[in-house]
Amino acid sequence: MATKTSDKKKKSNKKIFVPNIVAFACNWCSYAGADNAGTSRIQYSPNFRVIRTMCSGRVTPGFVLKALKMGADGVLVSGCHFGDCHYIFGNYKAVEQFDKTKAMIKTLGLEEGRIRLEWVSAAEGPRWGQVIDEFVEQITKLGPSPLNNKPKYEN
Amino acid sequence: METTVEKLKQNRAFLCLECGKCTAVCPISIYNKNYSPRRMLADGVFYDAKDLISDKLLWSCLTCQLCSQRCPVDVKFSEYIRDIREEASKQGKTGTPSHSGALLYLMEMAASPKLKQNRNDWINDKLKVKKKGDVLYFVGCLPYYQDFFAKDFDFSPISIAQDTVKILNHLGIEPVVMNNERCCGHDLYWLGQLEKFDELGKLNLEMIKETGAKTIITSCPECALVLKQLYKERLGADGFQVKHITEVVFENIDKLKFKNLDTKVSFQDPCRLGRFMGIYDQPRDSLKAIPGLEINEMQHNRRGAICCGTTNWTNCDAVSKQIQKSRLNEAKNAGAETVVTACPKCQIHFRCSECGDESQRININITDFVNIIASAIDG
Repeated sequence: MATKTSDKKKKSNKKIFVPNIVAFACNWCSYAGADNAGTSRIQYSPNFRVIRTMCSGRVTPGFVLKALKMGADGVLVSGCHFGDCHYIFGNYKAVEQFDKTKAMIKTLGLEEGRIRLEWVSAAEGPRWGQVIDEFVEQITKLGPSPLNNKPKYEN
Repeated sequence: METTVEKLKQNRAFLCLECGKCTAVCPISIYNKNYSPRRMLADGVFYDAKDLISDKLLWSCLTCQLCSQRCPVDVKFSEYIRDIREEASKQGKTGTPSHSGALLYLMEMAASPKLKQNRNDWINDKLKVKKKGDVLYFVGCLPYYQDFFAKDFDFSPISIAQDTVKILNHLGIEPVVMNNERCCGHDLYWLGQLEKFDELGKLNLEMIKETGAKTIITSCPECALVLKQLYKERLGADGFQVKHITEVVFENIDKLKFKNLDTKVSFQDPCRLGRFMGIYDQPRDSLKAIPGLEINEMQHNRRGAICCGTTNWTNCDAVSKQIQKSRLNEAKNAGAETVVTACPKCQIHFRCSECGDESQRININITDFVNIIASAIDG
């Protein structure tokens, strides 16, 4: 995990922002995908925390907003591919909920890039790593969220 | 609780006669027999609120003040509940937030000073607004309601804001609208999170000062209550006058020309507008000015009006649904085709109760006071 980024190493020049990301992963596909990435020893960014939900359709705007409220710089919602959902139509619900979240984020004045919806299956370990890497890069470019009171930096 | 005695005195709790009128009239007690305002007060007076503070029912109180209206010794039950909630939230206890807490988190996020919101997307070319001026229109949560509820409940909350500006423009007023306006904090106040409420209040008052507004108009009774009374009480806000849109329409009713609108309506008194601020006649008289419109009063109206079933986005349950159904049934029995309310939240709650099983729907239109006035304005 992100042990490299201790506060002792802080220096005034050339600070690089280290984003803090929350990833909601569904129990059946994405969480297993993340597991797969681990067992396959895929190297990818450690700046995120996974929260397992039973289905991506359960991730309502409240979940994402709470993560942002508590200082997350980005939130990833991840579920099964269309047609693969364990509950048949859960990921269609996820899209509905995500659209609402997106609209609220926009009204709040946060960048839309701070939240992202992705589909990762249980067999796509490398893809999970790739998605996380891309997202971390995207959030690093956006900088710390205005709601993050203690943004982390490393040299 | 350390300050119990002092707070109980403030809320006149020691004067309780134990007559039980509060429990008899409470809309929640009708459907949930375990809920008793009388017992909740007795718990505070005799046992330091030890049980009450960890009771989930503490968060069910609607703070609608129907009990205080009936109380012979004027015990301030809503304020008493707020004080207990303040203590409970200090201990980390909360109610069950509805909508996964989305709307409560928004309020807390709004207290962050660095936030730069983007709220004014709803202003179209037909609406005239300014950046500085004497009159401010405080929009409230409507842009967020638009994002959150519009699709599910098939109505447009932001049309309330648009129609308010339309009416004001019609009266020759160009209101100021703030792009980074914060939540007024009403719900946090009644949930006992007074620190966050003060933070929001300070941010808002600073922004209001910058616009130089002397009159503030709101389309939400909760914002009106906060700006009118609570900011004054807690933060010493001064230098502006606050009016709800129903008051503005009533004062200028001679200047408005209405076309015929053949319909029968019932007016749902929002608790903050009616019992808290005493505005009963202004909306009714304004609606009566529309030719052809007939007001059929519900069985419970004015001071005795029943709340829309849930407040503060907390503890919405089967009881709330039953209250909403009975309220809509009252309107239907009064012969109304439409329920008119002056509070966006009342409308959301009523629409939610009409969302479920088709066989259980009351099938009655629900609209806002502002929408009906704007649709009746000629030209």
